[in-house]
Amino acid sequence: MIRKVRTHPTQNEPLLFEISRPGKRAYQLPELDVPPVDPEAVLGPENVRPDLEGLPELSEVEVVRHFTRLSTHNYAVDHGLYPLGSCTMKYNPRLNEALAQLDGLAWPHPYQPEETVQGALEILARLEAALAEITGMDAVTLQPAAGAHGELTGLLMIRAALTERGNPRQKVLIPDSAHGTNPATATMAGYVAETVPSNAQGMVDLGALERQVDESVAALMLTTPNTLGVFEQNIRQIAEILHAKGAMLYMDGANMNALLGIARPGDFGVDAVHLNLHKTFSTPHGGGGPGAGPVAVKKHLEPYLPVPRLVKTEAGWKWDFHRPRSIGRVRAFYGNFLVAVRALAYIMAMGPEGLRQATLDAILNARYLRQKLEPYYELPHKAPTMHEFVLSDARQATNGVRTMDIAKRLLDYGFYAYTVSFPLIVRGAMMIEPTETESKQELDLFVEAMRAIAEEAQRDPELVRTAPHTTRVGRVDEVTAARRPILRWTPDLPRE
Amino acid sequence: MYPQHYRFTKEHEWVYVEGDVAVIGITDYAQRELGDVVYVELPEVGQELTAGKVLGSVESVKAVSDVYSPVSGEVVEVNTALHQAPEKINQDPHGEAWLVKVRLRDPAELDRLMTASEYEAYIAQASQASGSSSE
Amino acid sequence: MLAECGLRSMEELVAHLPPEIRLERPLALEPARSEYEIAAEFRNWAQQNQVNGPCFLGAGVYRHFRPVVVQALVSRAEFFTTYTPYQAEVSQGTLATIFEFQTLMCQLTGMDVANASMYDGSTAMAEAALMARRLTRRDKLVVSSAVHPEYRAVLRTYSAGQGVPVIEVPYDPEAGWTQQDSLAQVVDRDTAAVIVQSPNFFGVIEPLEYCAELVHQAGALLIVTFTEAVSLGLLRPPADADIVAGELQSFATTPSYGGPFAGVIATREQFVRQLPGRLVGMTRDVHGRRAFCLTLVSREQHIRREKATSNICTNQALVALMATIFLSVYGRRGLRELALQNLAKAHYLATKLPPRFRGPFFNEFVTRAPGGDPNRLNRRLLEHGIIGGLPLGRFYPELSDCWLLCATEVCRREEIDRLVELVSQP
Repeated sequence: MIRKVRTHPTQNEPLLFEISRPGKRAYQLPELDVPPVDPEAVLGPENVRPDLEGLPELSEVEVVRHFTRLSTHNYAVDHGLYPLGSCTMKYNPRLNEALAQLDGLAWPHPYQPEETVQGALEILARLEAALAEITGMDAVTLQPAAGAHGELTGLLMIRAALTERGNPRQKVLIPDSAHGTNPATATMAGYVAETVPSNAQGMVDLGALERQVDESVAALMLTTPNTLGVFEQNIRQIAEILHAKGAMLYMDGANMNALLGIARPGDFGVDAVHLNLHKTFSTPHGGGGPGAGPVAVKKHLEPYLPVPRLVKTEAGWKWDFHRPRSIGRVRAFYGNFLVAVRALAYIMAMGPEGLRQATLDAILNARYLRQKLEPYYELPHKAPTMHEFVLSDARQATNGVRTMDIAKRLLDYGFYAYTVSFPLIVRGAMMIEPTETESKQELDLFVEAMRAIAEEAQRDPELVRTAPHTTRVGRVDEVTAARRPILRWTPDLPRE
Repeated sequence: MYPQHYRFTKEHEWVYVEGDVAVIGITDYAQRELGDVVYVELPEVGQELTAGKVLGSVESVKAVSDVYSPVSGEVVEVNTALHQAPEKINQDPHGEAWLVKVRLRDPAELDRLMTASEYEAYIAQASQASGSSSE
Repeated sequence: MLAECGLRSMEELVAHLPPEIRLERPLALEPARSEYEIAAEFRNWAQQNQVNGPCFLGAGVYRHFRPVVVQALVSRAEFFTTYTPYQAEVSQGTLATIFEFQTLMCQLTGMDVANASMYDGSTAMAEAALMARRLTRRDKLVVSSAVHPEYRAVLRTYSAGQGVPVIEVPYDPEAGWTQQDSLAQVVDRDTAAVIVQSPNFFGVIEPLEYCAELVHQAGALLIVTFTEAVSLGLLRPPADADIVAGELQSFATTPSYGGPFAGVIATREQFVRQLPGRLVGMTRDVHGRRAFCLTLVSREQHIRREKATSNICTNQALVALMATIFLSVYGRRGLRELALQNLAKAHYLATKLPPRFRGPFFNEFVTRAPGGDPNRLNRRLLEHGIIGGLPLGRFYPELSDCWLLCATEVCRREEIDRLVELVSQP
């Protein structure tokens, strides 16, 4: 029985451009207190556009209603369990949002003199220090805007260090279970991505790794726990194999929510690691961003960190731009400051015990779901898992019900879907990460939904294959969207 | 199912010869594995292809598959109709949805490819190895 | 729950980790604090940042009034606590707003397609340059020295990884725009793209039509970047460009000490396959109703992996939503009126402090600091609670006697007069 959702209550909503009527306005500007300027006279007629044709014209109420209605067409963490594996969809504390809106934090300009932004610099410095302690690393940059951006920053630092040693090398090794960002990053950093196979337990095959690592390898990019939720038991040996050949260990910290206060990358041989503040440290995902992807490094990579660096002087915090061995900037200014504000507030609210407890709770929740779901779904890798785990659709596939179908049916039961068809090493993968946020009641509702879907897949596979049935729109035709892309609104498009 | 006068590769391309021109496409098995094709990337006329090297790619919504040239030679024609209607690859992979025509440089390359019956045996084995169903 | 998992203690959950790597002490962080204490601490830090007085800084980040409905609407949990809209059927809200965003960006830039956002303007520009290399299969990148210095720094970092040569073209010391003769000299058959910013770092509007002609003659692509999005409300759209890559901070984001903002890349339809970042398309559901979904995903890293157009995954969706709401508040007439107010304020200031360059400008311009030392004047202004302009010596040693001053719609006339009065004293 569907306990949470039956039908969607809201109406259809046209697009802004369809609601627009000439002459409506939602804006107010003060009376101009300086002489008006004729744009054609000061800019030259060739530089002035006559009109903003196409831009909408709405009243304030219409703007508010439009976006409020559209918002109700979304599922969100605040609605319930969001089991998207490797995305760590945990609760976003409201305190953090309130702090990020303080005028003193929202309005400083990045080029203000340092003495007028000491509070902002203090926040950045404290977050750097906290992340260094959490990861067991020596130095942290907060500049990267997202996880993939952190990966690029990390690989460029490794490239710079190896270049200084005489040879940047050609290859970056990446396990077959890795996120797609890893190989894409390797390419952007000028490396050839080479795959490392997993063994039967879903871990890096040490023998294969040993054969692959030679003087052409710059680094291994490793996610641990990996996308199966399995911690690399041989992580120390992996680091040793790399270091013996002068290569480095880059850790993708996307799954750091499994390790807070339990184990630190700096203690198991990692040279550089990025964190996702929007995963592990509770900052909101915002429908796709903004996030932040700080990178923590060991001492030997510190000289290559992006400029500028925060330094403490007698006059307070200063930015140090004179870093001759730095890779340079990876973005303008200093990073996603207001994301850093939220992450620091989270760390302060949790404290050391709280962070560790959150990790243990996240692992327990995942372990509980795994235990409860194993009777109904195939568990291809049996090794102990941490904050997430991967099931497969093998049993349901015999009735023609695939992982995507089960995911869509979950929407009918009032949950978001798990991560579908990933990692690629599991055919028909269903990757589930509940996070510490969820109570036993919510987890049991999810188990009940998954159990019911498994039963439906037996009894009435068509019901699952054609899901979702209770959402505002039915299954969306992605094939036509890709064959004949319509990527912007034009007046001739159909309205419904 | 698989035309007798075609030859096949392990990467699931087909080729047949008309005069000195080789016509190349992807097999029915390949299109089924891929699912609904949404985009085709093809070489330009005049480009030189090498047997075993990538000539373009075929995309479904959630996968991209490189297409390897079964033979070497100069591209003399590309099937531009596929840009407007990539679904033809799903509808008629062995006929209307040919990808490119190539002026054959070395006809002996054809001898290294599989015949229809060899290919059928090859994909029967491949399906067994990868499980019962396809995505 | 532990019992159901066959465990006796929470510690057993991690007992399988190798003992030698386990942390056997608590993390050395301050103990947990209450909401009240944390709020007080952050308020204290916030008070150490000066944000209340007038500020004449621009240079890539602008103070504009932020309509209240923007925050009210993006504070809806359905927007800010949701993920990338992978499951279209329960993400139609986010998807529709991104589709609107893409449309608005096309309307403003004169391009055919726009992506769902990039990290910021600087990375958007660097990614646009890499995109141009893939499109032209050429290597060399040419960038104007009148492009924001930090954007150029990011371009160098991104290019270094791939071993791409980046050549800088000087600005015209009289006009303040990109020196056209030098541009003509360096653009050749190896050039993938020429990158100019308009209005440029000096606030000067570039002669884009002329640049485009020169660039296209060599078979290269023209990339136009912008940092002041409000200028699009008044300036001719950069429709001669092949790729437009810019920063949207001015649309509804506070200066935020530098982030998070949102970048965007827009381009011509025939280049869409090389466009990095997410795209939303209009389609139908099984019942034939209009619906939206992420599309052309095969360009992206999770499908194409090492052959993807970029490694970007997380973007700046919520900031793009702020821009969308901002643009629906201002709309067709309001954005123009807003831009006109900016133009008037800066030109009023320029009647008192003459611009160093003769090229036309929008809401910021370079001026020689009276007395020749902008840093000294900034210290004086600060004593009166005013944050002055950006001294240019840091980025352009030859302009170390100059300042970049910006006046947006939030600068009041008496504030401008006060600035002029204070800097005109000996």
